[in-house]
Amino acid sequence: MTPILFWGLKAALFLLAVAMLCALARLLIGPTAQDRVIALDCLYINGMLMMLVLGIVYASSVYFEAAMLIALFGFVGSTAMAKFLLRGEVIE
Amino acid sequence: MNDALATSPLWADIATAVLVVVGASFAAVGSFGLLRMPTFYRRIHTPTLGATLGVWSITLATIIFFSTQGYGLFLHAVLISFFVGLTAPITTIFVMRVALFRDRRKPNPKAPVPPASSAPSTAPTPPAAPATTETP
Repeated sequence: MTPILFWGLKAALFLLAVAMLCALARLLIGPTAQDRVIALDCLYINGMLMMLVLGIVYASSVYFEAAMLIALFGFVGSTAMAKFLLRGEVIE
Repeated sequence: MNDALATSPLWADIATAVLVVVGASFAAVGSFGLLRMPTFYRRIHTPTLGATLGVWSITLATIIFFSTQGYGLFLHAVLISFFVGLTAPITTIFVMRVALFRDRRKPNPKAPVPPASSAPSTAPTPPAAPATTETP
């Protein structure tokens, strides 16, 4: 691994950690429930990107499947929360 | 030149590093905008920056890195960008309908008002079509 890739991956992990902290702050201080829903949506997308970057760091494609699962279940979770806020129940 | 085939070539490392940093920067800018914007209706725009350009850049970096490792073409990561590109607008539409519904239930002084020229006095009331389907 060349130094440019090493430091590029370090910088990307740092930026994604900052992004996750911003989303977490909005998740905690969000005044309304829909703010928290989009903060959680942003948080899982940032976590998925961090999984992909970690897959490059360790040169392992196992992280790719974890990122795929996060993408799948994050969408289901966000949609279920939106549906709950809209209707009062998830499955009617 | 032959011993360079064992590991990834230099151009692949540079391209991977640049794409990863660019994608992470887009995600960071989007999340910072989520923290910084004042109202919900502005806040919902910013995470899409990370969901589109951030995801595309980092999946492209993944494809370039794993394709130059010597195990052949690695195209599975296209699935992630395709799936996120398909589902992020659906989530945004759902949450936007939630926000409109909840602001109609309990009026929000910060809700956006359309320009006075296009929509006259019926500004805070959203279009009538979803109103009939959303009320339980």
